[in-house]
Amino acid sequence: MSSKNLKNSPLSPSLENLYKAYESMYLIRRFEEKAGQLYGMGFIAGFCHLYIGQEAVVIGLQQAVTTNDSIITSYRDHGHMLACDMSPGGVMAELTGRSGGYSKGKGGSMHMFSREKKFYGGHGIVGAQVPIGTGLALAHQYKNDNGICFTYMGDGGSNQGQMFEAFNMAALWKLPVLYIIENNLYAMGTSLDRHAAVTDLSTRGSAQGIPGKSVDGMDYLAMREAALEAASYVRSGKGPFVLEAKTYRYRGHSMSDPAKYRSKEEVEDIKSHHDPLSILEAEILRQGGDKDHLESITKDVKKKIDAAVEFAKESPEPSESELFTDILV
Amino acid sequence: MTVEKMPETITVREALRDAMAEEMRQNPNVFLMGEEVAEYQGAYKVSQGLLEEFGSKRVIDTPITEAGFAGVGVGAAFGGLSPIVEFMTFNFSMQAIDQIINSAAKTLYMSGGQMGCPIVFRGPNGSAARVGAQHSQCFASWYAHCPGLKVVSPYNAIDAKGLLKAAIRDPNPVVFLENELLYGQRFEAPPSGSDFILPIGKAHIERPGKDVTLVGFSIMVGYALEAAEELAKEGIDVEVINLRSLRPLDLETIFESVRKTNHCVTLEEGFPYAGIGSELSAQIMEHMFDFLDAPVLRVTAKDVPLPYAANLERLAIPRSPEIVQAVKNVLYNA
Repeated sequence: MSSKNLKNSPLSPSLENLYKAYESMYLIRRFEEKAGQLYGMGFIAGFCHLYIGQEAVVIGLQQAVTTNDSIITSYRDHGHMLACDMSPGGVMAELTGRSGGYSKGKGGSMHMFSREKKFYGGHGIVGAQVPIGTGLALAHQYKNDNGICFTYMGDGGSNQGQMFEAFNMAALWKLPVLYIIENNLYAMGTSLDRHAAVTDLSTRGSAQGIPGKSVDGMDYLAMREAALEAASYVRSGKGPFVLEAKTYRYRGHSMSDPAKYRSKEEVEDIKSHHDPLSILEAEILRQGGDKDHLESITKDVKKKIDAAVEFAKESPEPSESELFTDILV
Repeated sequence: MTVEKMPETITVREALRDAMAEEMRQNPNVFLMGEEVAEYQGAYKVSQGLLEEFGSKRVIDTPITEAGFAGVGVGAAFGGLSPIVEFMTFNFSMQAIDQIINSAAKTLYMSGGQMGCPIVFRGPNGSAARVGAQHSQCFASWYAHCPGLKVVSPYNAIDAKGLLKAAIRDPNPVVFLENELLYGQRFEAPPSGSDFILPIGKAHIERPGKDVTLVGFSIMVGYALEAAEELAKEGIDVEVINLRSLRPLDLETIFESVRKTNHCVTLEEGFPYAGIGSELSAQIMEHMFDFLDAPVLRVTAKDVPLPYAANLERLAIPRSPEIVQAVKNVLYNA
C-alpha cells in the first residue's frame, strides 16, 4: 500500500504528527552534519558512523514505541538516541569525549546508553546487539510488562550467524521483539548483491517462520505505517517480526570511508529524488501545511544543535580518576 | 576405641544445584538457561529437580546456539533479570566469548557506570577424561585476563555452594569455572541455611604449612593436598592455598604465605603460556622478590592440544606426582 493512500486510513497521522516527525528527522540531520564538521575539526576522533539519509527509518519506528518498550542498535546509533529523546548535548559531548557525555566520555560514538529512555546501546560488534535485543525481549516476556524490544541491525549485520541464532530462539519462545534491518545497501564497502545470497532481507527470518515485510525507508509515512502494524503484531504475543527498511546513507560507512565503491551519480540521485526530509516536506505541504512553520522548526533545531555543540566543546574531559571507575559495580 | 561421627557429605553436583535452587527461591528474577538444563536435568545432572520446582519459565532449555543464548542472557541481564547461563562445557563458550567479553564485561565501563550486567556464566572447565583436544581445555587465564569480569573456580562442595550463591547475587558478570571430574566427588557439606555464602576474591588455606606454598584452584587443589600428604612423609611441610577466585585475586593471602615459606609452586590444568601461573609468578616476583629463596615454579598442562591416547593424556595433564617433584625442585634449588 502506498503511503499516498493513507490519507483516509485510521493509521493516517495528523499534520501535527508530521510537523513533529519533520522536527525529529531534521534534528538528526543537523546533529549529524555538525558531528561531521566537528570530526573534521578534530573535536571528534576514532570511528564515527553518521545516520544522514536514514532518518525516516528510526523516526517512523519511534511512532510505534510505548512506555515499556526497549530499543537497541549497532554503532550507527546517534539517530536512535536522539529519537529516544536523549539530549543532543549529552550525545555530542560523548562524541567529543567529554565528561558531560552520556558515558562520561568513556564510551564514544558507538557506546551510549540510557536506562531512563530504555535505550540499550550502541554496540560495536556487528550483529552482537541482535541476541542482546532478543534477551531484552525475553525480560519483557518474563516480567509480563507489555513491552517489546526494537532491535535494529544493518544489512551487513543481517549476515551474522548470531542473528539467525537469535531469530530461532525468538520464534521458538514467541518473544516480543521487532527486528528492523536498516538496509542501506552497503555493508561497509560491499554492496548488498555482493554480500547477501538473498537480497530481500525481509525474508531473513523465513527459515524460523518469522514473517517479514519490506518498506520504503526513505518515506516517513510508509515507515510509520509499517512500524505500527509490525509492533502491534509483536505486541499481540504472536512472536517476532522482521521489518526491512530500504534506505541509504549519504556519507561513507564511517568518517574515515571515502565511499569510492559507489558512484557520485547514485548518491546524487538519492539525494535529489528520495531524500526523506524532502519527501516529508512535500507531504506536509500537500496536506496544507505551512512552509513558514517548517522554517521556524528548522531554525529552532539549528539553535538546539548549536547549543549541543557548544556544550560538547565546553564540557571538560573526564577527570583522570575516571580511568579506574565503572569497571565493576 | 571411640567412633567419631562422620561429618555429613554431599557431592559438588548437589552443592551447585542447592546454590541455584536457594537463590531462585529468594529472587524471582534469577533463572537458568542453557543446553539440556531443564527436561534432561543437565548434561551432567547439575540442574536435577530444578525444572520440577521452578517450571519452564525459569529453567529454560536452549537450542545448541552458544553465541545466541549467551547474548540473550546478557540482554535479559540488561533488562533487569539475573540469568545463570550454563555452558555444557566452557569449551563451547568460545562460540560466545564475544558476548561474554565485549557485551557483558565492558558495557558497565562503556556506559559510564549505567549498565551493569548481573549474569553468571557457569559450566565445567578444564580436562575431563579421554575426550580429546576440543573438549579438554582450561579457560581460566582467558577470562581472568579481562577487566569487568569476576572469575571464580571452586574446588569442593563448600566452595561450590558458597561461591555460586555469591556469584548469583553479584551485580557483575561472573565466569564460574567448574570441573566435570569433581561433580561426583563427595566433600564435607556446606553449613546449612540459605544465608551461607563465600566472598568472591578471597582465597582459602586448605592446609597450613611452613616449607613451601602451593597455589592452585579447582581440581588441582585436590592433587595439591595429595602431594602435601606424600611430602609430609618426607618431612616437608606444605601450605596449600585454594584460590577460589582468579579475578579478583587474593594476593594478600598468597604473599603472606610466601613471606612465611619463601618457596612457591603454582598449579593449574591450563597451558603454561600466559597462564594463571604466569600471572602469579609475576605478581610474586614484583612484590615478594626479597622473600623468595628460589624462583617460583609452575606446574601446568603441557604446551600441546590434549591428546586422546591414555598414555599421552596422562603425560599432558599434571597430577600429584608432578607436584611432588616440583616441590622438591623448588626446595633443592634454594
